[in-house]
Amino acid sequence: MGHTIIEKIIGNNVGHEVKPGDIVTVNVDRVMIHDIFIPFVAKKFEEMGFSRLWDPDKVVLIYDHLVPASQVDDTRHFREGNAFVEKYGMKNIHRADGICHQLMTEAGYVKPGNIAFGTDSHTTTYGCVGAFSSGIGYTEMAGILGTGELWVRVPETIKVTVDGKLPANVTSKDIILRLIGDLTAAGATYKALEFAGSAIEEMSVASRMTIANMAIEAGAKCALFTPDEKTAEYCEIELTDKERDLVGDADAVYVREIHYQAEDLVPVLACPPQVDNIKPVKDLEGTEIDQVFIGSCTNGRLEDLQAAAEILKDKKVAPFVKLIVTPASVKIYNQALEDGTIETLVKAGAIVTHPGCGLCCGRTGGILTDHERVVATNNRNFLGRMGTSKVEIFLASPKTAAACAAAGKIVEA
Amino acid sequence: MGMTMAEKIIALAAGKETAKAGDIETVTLDKLMSNDGTTHLTIDMYNKLKNPRIADVNKLVWIVDHNIPADCPKTAASHKKMRDFAKANGIRFYEGEGVCHQVMMENHVCPGDLIFGADSHTCAYGALGAFGTGVGCTDYLYAMVTGQSWLLVPETLRFNLKGKLPEGVYARDLILTIIGRIGANGANYKAMEFGGEGLATLSMSDRISVCNLCVEAGAKTALMEVDDIAMDYLKEHGREPKAIVKADEDAVYSAVYDIDLSEICPIVAKPHFVDNVVPAEESLGVKIDEAFLGSCNNGRIEDLRVGAKIIAGKKVADKVRFLVVPASRSVYLQAAEEGLLKIFIDAGAIVMNPNCSVCWGSCQGVIGEGETLISTGTRNFKGRAGHKDSFVYLASAATVTASAIAGEITTADRV
Amino acid sequence: MSEKFTARIWVLGDDIDTDIIIPTEYLALKTVEDMKPYAFSPLRPELAGQIQPGDMIVAGKNFGCGSSREQAPEIIKALGIRCVIAKSFARIFFRNSINNGLLLIENGELGDVVEEGKLAEVTPGEKVVYEGKEYEIASLPENLMEILRAGGLVKAMRRRNGLDA
Repeated sequence: MGHTIIEKIIGNNVGHEVKPGDIVTVNVDRVMIHDIFIPFVAKKFEEMGFSRLWDPDKVVLIYDHLVPASQVDDTRHFREGNAFVEKYGMKNIHRADGICHQLMTEAGYVKPGNIAFGTDSHTTTYGCVGAFSSGIGYTEMAGILGTGELWVRVPETIKVTVDGKLPANVTSKDIILRLIGDLTAAGATYKALEFAGSAIEEMSVASRMTIANMAIEAGAKCALFTPDEKTAEYCEIELTDKERDLVGDADAVYVREIHYQAEDLVPVLACPPQVDNIKPVKDLEGTEIDQVFIGSCTNGRLEDLQAAAEILKDKKVAPFVKLIVTPASVKIYNQALEDGTIETLVKAGAIVTHPGCGLCCGRTGGILTDHERVVATNNRNFLGRMGTSKVEIFLASPKTAAACAAAGKIVEA
Repeated sequence: MGMTMAEKIIALAAGKETAKAGDIETVTLDKLMSNDGTTHLTIDMYNKLKNPRIADVNKLVWIVDHNIPADCPKTAASHKKMRDFAKANGIRFYEGEGVCHQVMMENHVCPGDLIFGADSHTCAYGALGAFGTGVGCTDYLYAMVTGQSWLLVPETLRFNLKGKLPEGVYARDLILTIIGRIGANGANYKAMEFGGEGLATLSMSDRISVCNLCVEAGAKTALMEVDDIAMDYLKEHGREPKAIVKADEDAVYSAVYDIDLSEICPIVAKPHFVDNVVPAEESLGVKIDEAFLGSCNNGRIEDLRVGAKIIAGKKVADKVRFLVVPASRSVYLQAAEEGLLKIFIDAGAIVMNPNCSVCWGSCQGVIGEGETLISTGTRNFKGRAGHKDSFVYLASAATVTASAIAGEITTADRV
Repeated sequence: MSEKFTARIWVLGDDIDTDIIIPTEYLALKTVEDMKPYAFSPLRPELAGQIQPGDMIVAGKNFGCGSSREQAPEIIKALGIRCVIAKSFARIFFRNSINNGLLLIENGELGDVVEEGKLAEVTPGEKVVYEGKEYEIASLPENLMEILRAGGLVKAMRRRNGLDA
């Protein structure tokens, strides 16, 4: 019988065939811890009685949620992180380089076929290069740091096929929002999502990242894309046969198969206060807005900023509306400075902040208040996520967001 | 009897021939600047007035700069209040364009103006020969509603500059030296007037830096003679002077200081007072956790050039956070074009959007318990940049950047 | 883990996300005790002060969706909540709860029938009795029961490292 991608990755890791429902212990290839949770991981690690890391080179610590610090106690996390790094001989630490999920693949920590865990729910992102990656809590992370192992239940897989060519104003963000709407916020709980089809093959790794990133918003354990030449180029590797084989077999068993024709897709919004409350942009056209945010691990990549710049070139952000742009990493920030993208956005009126998680996670960087409305490219529109519980958050693609910034209201790009 | 610059500007604003120190004059304001530090309070008071009105809306400039982008719902609510009021009343409104004083210098300040700003560093406008002074929101509200206010005509301290700053010494070192000499209350209620042949060696950026910090000596305002350099700046930004005033030969000063610029050296103001100054040499080796290059005092393109030149090809010290914050949108764009932002980013710095941030301990770059910051910000008061038990040293862009590289206080010639 | 208990019910709806359970704004507070007063604040700011030790939560589908923040189950436990019954749980929250010894019970019906303030009797792994009616509940897989029996993952690891018997 054939296998889905997740069954192959886990099977390769444990050295025998697996099927959905099996509970197995995997050897972890890479872990990511970010600044918010490092003090808790460190505490649990020592409570557990470990005295050394199972493999310091496989551990990556990234400061991003609290960069730059906005409250007086924030820097304590850096101090405790720094102490942990020194005590246990870690080398992989990023203190101001960007958002964790961007850096994990951008800096080459995660490769096709890897199994990676992170103390952040959007760890599903690394599926964009064909890695099994998932978010865990800090106690489990502490356990991995000591043992290099984690138990997992092999998930069932939902296969999503997108064929055809996307309309010009539709991006991979619209695909994943539509999918979350169709599946609902709990529709893929405990399951893997597997993506295929000609539109997916056409897509850049950056666009795939957007989809993998938000798989968690449908409850998924992970999202997987077959490694291809684009993946190889992005990861700066030659694909091995084993990596090329990370494709769902024709006779693999899926719990559900969903098919979209790209030409039928339209720009959509996730409307407050749930990620699965999806409506076409057209249905809300004319709704006035106060702020637009383009950034985050979901949509803060160069192609996202470029798409926004193309729309905002020689235009101005609408009066009394704020546009906040946060590149996902310093590498992207530099590229966008070099190719003039930043200049175009800043001339249009954008406020460009240093790469970090601030606004998306609601800590700083453009927090809103009662009765304000924001169109944002990040991944959650939960009640109170970016300010008070009376803030309305609409999630959208960078194209839609940029068009809304220029218009001062919700419009299609 | 002759008049000082301050006396002449007040006389103009009072519609009189003369004014002299000690008199109380009723003046008509030329501009009224307010920022998100206190504007929400002004609006609350305004709304409690019976039949409130704005005397001349064209004189009002409101700028969101202290906490932009907002760090919490409370900040967002005060911004919203300000934005909604500005929109409803047609007030000139900037949000995210830069630090208020830099935005004012680039867009509004004219020689001879009398300007109230609801911010203490409004004295920066003296760099263009304008009388700028900081007021609280009650004074601001009165001026906003009536167009006028009263002023005690200040006595003036005169500073005659001669010579030229040595290589590697900056306007920041000059003004810290002066504050150290006259003390944190040495110019209380007084104007500080700058002139002399040495003035011509100072760029507009230098002049803003000097005037800006005069409030740290307690000054009501700072004023510099308007020369070609000032006029070129004004023309470049498309404005005309209201009046070019010059102190009379026989003006009366409460004190006159002769400052030889060539004798100034790199200076550090140690915690927790701006007048607690020592030569940077004497603070070498103090370990730092964070460095900040920015603010209305030192966030201009000239400062970023100084910093970039020092850090190009080098790295910020391990574990040290180096925040670089251009003072305005135009400074940011210029720095991007010149490749300076890339130099800072490659060195590991955190480049932020134009705002006040670290200088007053808000929204980004807040320092924690027991931490030490070296900063080009305006103040080093206890708790100013974050935790109440933290330490702030003030220094020039060069000293701050060099220290960021070394991880401890050092001077640019040592890195 | 198996003794029967009776608890007062607090009712919450579908998709109670981790940002509702504890907003990011408070995540850098030093301890879970410091964060406790802000539990559920975006939705019901008064709730954290009303919950008494020994109470339980009954909710709809997808309880705990969103972030990986383990403070979510820790805070619920710190408030003294004995167990959470929901139509379904988000997976990271589920793992985090087991690792912290917080009892979770999946049941598709109770969320629609219970009233806040009333009592229910729970026999873990077996049944819930509410207003005289019995609702069956499933037991957990063996590997999870092991962690629960050890009293959470930290204790399980301490045992593995030879620190505890």
